[in-house]
Amino acid sequence: MISLRLYKSFKNAAVPFSLDVDYEIGGDHKNVVLFGPSGSGKSLTMQCLAGLVRPDSGHILLGGRTLYDGASNVFVPAQRRKIGYMFQDYALFPHLTLLQNVAYSGTGLWPWRVCAAQHQRAQDMLERFGIGHLARSLPSQLSGGQRQRAALARALNAEPELLLLDEPFSALDPLLRERLREELLELMADLTIPAVIITHDPGDVDVFAGSLILYDHGRARMVPNYADLRRGFDSPGRCLRHLQEQGPEQGQEQGPDQGPDQGQEQRQNICMGKSH
Amino acid sequence: MDFDGISIWSPLELSLRVAGTATLVSFVAATLMAWALARKKGPMPALLDALCTLPLVLPPTVLGYYLILLVGRRGVFGHWLAELGINLIFSWKGAVVAATVVVFPLIYKSARAALEQVDGHLEDAARTLGASEWRVFVSVSLPLAWKGIFAGLMLAFARGMGEFGATLMIAGNIPGKTQTLALAIYDAFQAGNDAQATWLVVVTSLACVGLLMAAELLLKLKRRRR
Repeated sequence: MISLRLYKSFKNAAVPFSLDVDYEIGGDHKNVVLFGPSGSGKSLTMQCLAGLVRPDSGHILLGGRTLYDGASNVFVPAQRRKIGYMFQDYALFPHLTLLQNVAYSGTGLWPWRVCAAQHQRAQDMLERFGIGHLARSLPSQLSGGQRQRAALARALNAEPELLLLDEPFSALDPLLRERLREELLELMADLTIPAVIITHDPGDVDVFAGSLILYDHGRARMVPNYADLRRGFDSPGRCLRHLQEQGPEQGQEQGPDQGPDQGQEQRQNICMGKSH
Repeated sequence: MDFDGISIWSPLELSLRVAGTATLVSFVAATLMAWALARKKGPMPALLDALCTLPLVLPPTVLGYYLILLVGRRGVFGHWLAELGINLIFSWKGAVVAATVVVFPLIYKSARAALEQVDGHLEDAARTLGASEWRVFVSVSLPLAWKGIFAGLMLAFARGMGEFGATLMIAGNIPGKTQTLALAIYDAFQAGNDAQATWLVVVTSLACVGLLMAAELLLKLKRRRR
């Protein structure tokens, strides 16, 4: 279970932005999808979760662990969070072979030296992802799909308790995307750890969403019953558009006739303005 | 080849030794400084950055004067150094100190630029894999910034070979002891010994051209291995 409340503002940035989110992700779904347009704070949330960015205030709880608490000044550094992070561009170390990349979490200051035990472990991990034969290749020699698997293998080799996937398919062409989505789903079905996935592709939401969090302009709201809602629409895109148009007031039980009333009022004002 | 009993190779050997040692010392100090200040904002890092770059713009004589105030016999650290039995004034070690300070900004600037060019995602990825900040630096940032730092090192070594002003102030111009190539040329020219000056100028130029070509070759070899 993840419980988080984050506040972080960038007042002095070229485009001022503030992130203000507060939600809990329950234990009944393994995967959570963060969906929203780019620049809505999804990646920033993920960086806060991983400990790469320190929020201004709030708290992050993962399972029973407090990873961050602004009030009591607790901040567990990224190194000790045990959270696997797969970056949008996969962030494989270009100066290391695939095996050295995967073994990185277990090697020392000199990542080129991999001891026998770590070597075997990393090789096994690569075999499990079907890229064992590429152990000695450099990341620049791999295809997009192979890179993605290598990045996932590297993250899992560190034995994380939570997996973060930042737009796992955005670096791939659309045809490959379809195939790899299925592949990733199969690989993730074997995992025992929960995953948080960022996407702005409606297709991904259908495939991965257990729980769905909608992001917009630094705010987020939970859609607890996405699967039920989805049945009423013929495509994931329509369903998500409907959810987005509904806006954050959804939970406030707005009367259906309130909207038109406001409209009438406005029209009246205009009429009055004209008559004067 | 000898002129007035002083071998021509003595100043060359001294120049290489001084430039090499200074480059090595500056490499460690300047790279660590660049790491500490890379991607940092605020008044304090800005001030430190200015101080690290200062030797590039100050006249070497000013640097020499500062160094004498710091490490001279009556300088701030003079007593302390004397107790340790280290005398920098009029010794080749003094020439190393002068060259170290002069080449520092060259390495610092290129190292900082190279470290800031490294993709931040790669460093973040290392962090999420449990690597300490020091390990992130040694195993990811440094190897990826190496080309830029190496170019700075070569430039620094070449600059160290030609160091004149600060060396003259702190180490003097003692033939066979602190007289580097640059000083020997000035000496020979002043004494009207044109043949020796010409010869020294040729040796210096060839050494520097050879050095720059060797650096380019090393970089190319490294690229091919990738």
